[in-house]
Amino acid sequence: MLSYFFRRLLLVLPVAFGVSVICFMLVQIAPGDPLTAIMPVDATAEEQAAMRAAYGLDKPLPVQYAIWIGNLAQGDMGKSIATGRPVAQEVFGAVQNSLLLAVSAAVIAFPIGIFLGFLAGYFRDTLLDRAVTALSITGVSVPNYWLGIVLVIIFSVNLGWLPSMGAGPGGSQSWEWDWLHMRHLILPAVTLAVVPIGIVARTVRALAGDILTMDFVQALYAKGMSRGDVLRHVARNAASTALSVMGLQLGYLLGGSILIETVFNWPGSGFLLSNAIFQRDLPLLQGTILILALFFVAMNLIVDVAQAAIDPRIKRS
Amino acid sequence: MLRLKAGIAALAVAATMASAAWAQGTLRIGMTAADIPLTTGQTDQGGEGMRFMGYTVYDSLIEWDLTSADKPSVLIPGLATEWSVDAEDKTKWIFKLREGVTFHDGAPFTAADVVWNLDKILVESSEQYDPRQAAQGKSRIPAVASYKAIDDYTLEIVTKEPDATLPYQMTWILMSSKANWEAMDKDWEKVAGSPSGTGPWKLETFVPRERAEMVPFADYWDETRIPKLDKMVLIPLPEPNARSAALLSGQVDWIEAPAPDTIPAMEGNGFVISSNAYPHNWTWHLSRLEGSPWNDIRVRKAANLAIDREGMMPLLGGLMVPAKGFLPPSSQWFGNPTFEVKYDLDAAKALMEEAGFGPDNHLKVKALISPSGSGQMLPLPMNEYVQQSLAEIWIDVEFMVVEWNQMINLWRAGAADPSVDGAMSINFTYFIQDPFTGLIRHLDENLIAPNGTNWGHYSDPEMQELFKQIKTTFDPEAQDEVLRKTHEKYVDDALFLMVTHDVAPRAMAPKVKGFVQAQNWYQNFSSITIEE
Repeated sequence: MLSYFFRRLLLVLPVAFGVSVICFMLVQIAPGDPLTAIMPVDATAEEQAAMRAAYGLDKPLPVQYAIWIGNLAQGDMGKSIATGRPVAQEVFGAVQNSLLLAVSAAVIAFPIGIFLGFLAGYFRDTLLDRAVTALSITGVSVPNYWLGIVLVIIFSVNLGWLPSMGAGPGGSQSWEWDWLHMRHLILPAVTLAVVPIGIVARTVRALAGDILTMDFVQALYAKGMSRGDVLRHVARNAASTALSVMGLQLGYLLGGSILIETVFNWPGSGFLLSNAIFQRDLPLLQGTILILALFFVAMNLIVDVAQAAIDPRIKRS
Repeated sequence: MLRLKAGIAALAVAATMASAAWAQGTLRIGMTAADIPLTTGQTDQGGEGMRFMGYTVYDSLIEWDLTSADKPSVLIPGLATEWSVDAEDKTKWIFKLREGVTFHDGAPFTAADVVWNLDKILVESSEQYDPRQAAQGKSRIPAVASYKAIDDYTLEIVTKEPDATLPYQMTWILMSSKANWEAMDKDWEKVAGSPSGTGPWKLETFVPRERAEMVPFADYWDETRIPKLDKMVLIPLPEPNARSAALLSGQVDWIEAPAPDTIPAMEGNGFVISSNAYPHNWTWHLSRLEGSPWNDIRVRKAANLAIDREGMMPLLGGLMVPAKGFLPPSSQWFGNPTFEVKYDLDAAKALMEEAGFGPDNHLKVKALISPSGSGQMLPLPMNEYVQQSLAEIWIDVEFMVVEWNQMINLWRAGAADPSVDGAMSINFTYFIQDPFTGLIRHLDENLIAPNGTNWGHYSDPEMQELFKQIKTTFDPEAQDEVLRKTHEKYVDDALFLMVTHDVAPRAMAPKVKGFVQAQNWYQNFSSITIEE
């Protein structure tokens, strides 16, 4: 098991290097100029050139990449051009907030998705199955930023029950696990949970449905095993694939919540990323994309290892 | 069941406490900026940065009068009580500084502080040089050649050449405390968290990208501008729907730039929409390169006459001032142009026919526009409106749509740059508050792009002479007269497609009282109170 883990860990290194090259090149391809964010439009050509040199933006791209990756290897992600603050401080603060939101959404989505999926898979081709399928498809299809706006209108504007934006009084730095702060989490977490509920439910439904028709299930019943025990076997057989889907979903929840964080003014990595894009804040953009991509890689690694632990067939293969 | 009831009761109490946590006298403002503006002195985030973090925490030597909603703002004494140019040497200015002013940290304000602050943005070798503040401030004072403290309360500034616009330039330069910078280990990053100016508000707490809290500075030198509120909280809310929802749900008391389509709902719920004319421009700059159809004054005038600006107003919920010239009609520099900017389709068609165009001979032009951006109002529907209006007089407009950041680069690059791909006009929006930003920078032949923002490569000796007069007329009233003449030429020669001016709409809860919206990019928050 340990050698499997280290083999998988070694494979992460070239992936991480590839990710760093791609995210550096991606942000360079977009038209625009990071100096726009920090200089008045009337700045003269000389002033712009001086500032470009000060930030090293006048150097050839391979040199800029080498400097960036060299600093990165030493733990220095550089400073944001727009704010002057260290990128690491900006990114890790935001990722922490996104993680809070993503995990909250996952806590809502995964149990509901698994429960509904199992229900639909067990009662396949019944009215209940069709209802769950319809619900799942709706969850996956509804644009979640639109849903977020609707929930804000209902629960914040009309009913006044929940706040519409922010991470609580005093901002995210003074986050506490009390109602004053948690109430800020409810609407964005619920909105964010809708898509993974649909995806997990559909995945589990398909898995449970298929496994229930397998010969070994009939054999278990024939042995006189109770329904509950049989379902436990079914769940274990489905767990490996479901886990991989949920792992990917957690990655999406963390990195793919730009719109939700924008709608709810949630100070996470998506919000940071969208501002960095508009400001062409290259160091911040590179740093955020890299961290999110590495998180994705790490999630895949964890899922692979967890799958191998659950299902010995994977380890053997 | 009892437990459930107790839980619900606890939640209700907590929810009540959540709303009661804000004491009376706290004003929470939703800004359009995505981050708290730079807090160390020279602000970033454009006009909004100066409005909320500039003239609140800091002062400049010369400031804008923000007390009246009825007339355009004029310059008034700030940290300088008087200023004048030397009668013999028109490059030498003397500023008399206000005595008895202290920074928030208690240090006295003197002429040495002004020198220190100018070094902070102009002298790279100085210990306090801050590239971020320099990026914001240096280009605002192009006239300044040297400066020195004559005594504690007298400052001398020498300009590179005679330049009567220096007082306007000095309104940009904000004074931070040297003593505080030293106390913060001479580290601007540390100063950002605990800055010190001389302004009416002190920054109390600051969470990057999330909030800044300010409290009144009780020892502020101008008693009429000591804030009446207990606290002012700034919250970056760049997304318009999130801003509106935050106001409607009571999380903020004031939002900048509400989306026009949300205004009826806000007014219906008792919220107040405040707006006023101010020096903002939404216009098309025209290419004056050889071969550009906009070189023909008949075409320029026809285009200006083809737009029904009043008809555009419903698009913006009425929140616009139809252009009568390049500057807003209420500007002190508007003058009396002879060309009337109005909707007259017949006159426009006649001019186009005179210029050789007609139903069978359309003029094709390419225009640069952006789908969003600072001060752009609603650029897509507004530009489509202009496109349809121009089609009425046989001008077929093809749009080249670029994102705002790239648009700024194309604005800096100018009409002759290959990156604009042959576009003959650019829809840009900006600050036109002083002689330089309002008039000179757009058409000065010395500022032809990429040296400056004369995008269209316009050059005219008569205009150049007017710009020279602006810079060499030191009597403010006589200078105003030259500025009026300059604007008259802008309009009479129809040098731009003049469309509209924004009115800086802001929506606020009915409990917000005492706000006077000055005809200015900056505002005075000291008079505001909250009435529960």
